Amino acid sequence: MDIVKAQGLIKDYNGLRAVDGVDIAIRQGECFGFLGPNGAGKTTVMRIISCFLPPTAGSVTVFGMDVTMHPSLVKSRIGIMPQDNNLDPDLSVFENLMVYARYFDIQKKDAVRLARVLLEFVELQDKADVKIEQLSGGMKHRLLLARALVNNPDLLILDEPTTGLDPHSRRAVWDKLNHLKFQNTTLLLTTHYMEEAEKLCDRVAIMDSGRIVAVDTPANLMAAHGGNLEDVYLILTGRSLAD
Amino acid sequence: MQIKRAFRVWQRHWTVYTKLYKTSFALNFAEPALYLVAMGLGLGTFVKDIHGQPYIRFIAPGIIASSSMFAAVYECTYGTYIRMTFQKTFDAILATPVNLDDLVAGELIWGATKSVIFGITITIVIAFFGLVDSPLIVLAIPLIFLCGLIFAEISVIFAAIVPGIDSFSYFYTLFMTPMFLFSGIFFPLDAMPHLVTDIAVFTPLYHLVNICRTFSEGTFTGSVWSTVWIIVVVSLLAPFPFRLMRKRIIP
Repeated sequence: MDIVKAQGLIKDYNGLRAVDGVDIAIRQGECFGFLGPNGAGKTTVMRIISCFLPPTAGSVTVFGMDVTMHPSLVKSRIGIMPQDNNLDPDLSVFENLMVYARYFDIQKKDAVRLARVLLEFVELQDKADVKIEQLSGGMKHRLLLARALVNNPDLLILDEPTTGLDPHSRRAVWDKLNHLKFQNTTLLLTTHYMEEAEKLCDRVAIMDSGRIVAVDTPANLMAAHGGNLEDVYLILTGRSLAD
Repeated sequence: MQIKRAFRVWQRHWTVYTKLYKTSFALNFAEPALYLVAMGLGLGTFVKDIHGQPYIRFIAPGIIASSSMFAAVYECTYGTYIRMTFQKTFDAILATPVNLDDLVAGELIWGATKSVIFGITITIVIAFFGLVDSPLIVLAIPLIFLCGLIFAEISVIFAAIVPGIDSFSYFYTLFMTPMFLFSGIFFPLDAMPHLVTDIAVFTPLYHLVNICRTFSEGTFTGSVWSTVWIIVVVSLLAPFPFRLMRKRIIP
């Protein structure tokens, strides 16, 4: 079954068409990447799938449920790691996970156990009682990842999960994502790093001006267009720079 | 909107409040205490009795009303706005099963809760100084909650439409301060030109002051109309915070 299915997806913002007829089908257990220049519509598509924004036209189903009809049910089964830090600065590292678990109706004693396991998973167990502002950028990213996993999601949505991270932190996030892939979690991510897309993604969609210009495995795309994934990306999206 | 999910948002605020209140709790009393001392004792020395009461006794119930008002208004203007923009707390919450309507309901109920917390604590302080005549004042608590909801609704409406955090100064200077001064806390409005009373009866604080004062004096009769007014207005305003927040957050 397709975990995410979008058909004829259109989104208009203030008279501009941000997403212009997107069709996608994301399969159970795969890691699917959106590539494309800033403003191509990647984040908008992700926000529609995350039930943040209603589509202007077209349909999007996640786990077979329409995102506009059953947002709470859909959201109860997805984890979202945002591009910007939106950890709760009024709460400690541990409390961030506890309060987040409560939104998913997770019982307190289960949440305590879960928070410990997740902090260990992202190697922040020593920072449990630390304030958010005292964490480094890489640590905040890892905590955002841990928080996105609180509800044991079937689908994990990551918006530029490693942007702004140093090589060690980036590698740490990749390791965690590979681990999740291994556990058959479906991953959906956007990235500007072709290396990241090649390493993690089973399939990528290259977006430009609100449309998907190519969808395939990185290997097939490289075979079809020649060069590495960055070359393919530049060939397929180069037109917009010339405009 | 689902009340359980709204309660989750309320719980987040409660968790944060109970964690941080120690640092700000004492300050909560400072302002009402200053008004009581400065106006009640200071100005009160020069003012003869109002309606047969010493001046400090006259203003005390009004201070309960204004404290609970400011509690909800600060929470749902600056507090809500900061959570919505700078802290991105709204984004984080909306990524969970909590939807926007639940979130707005949580903000409103939390604002009203802050009104009640302040209303109760200030009442205890004022009663401690012997400035409350009747135990009937406890009946004001549910009405403080309802009127707190009105203040929260108005504040969230503003938080949803202001272009930036500085714009709240308009709200405070043009709306809150006049309402505070002309609500009947510091002087009976019947001494003022009719126009003042005519405008004041359209403000929630006027009615809450009226309720706190009559209950504190141990009577009911003067508060019936104000109670009805609060119930009607809280319902009339209810759709707007939801509608305007939706417009702001979901482009």
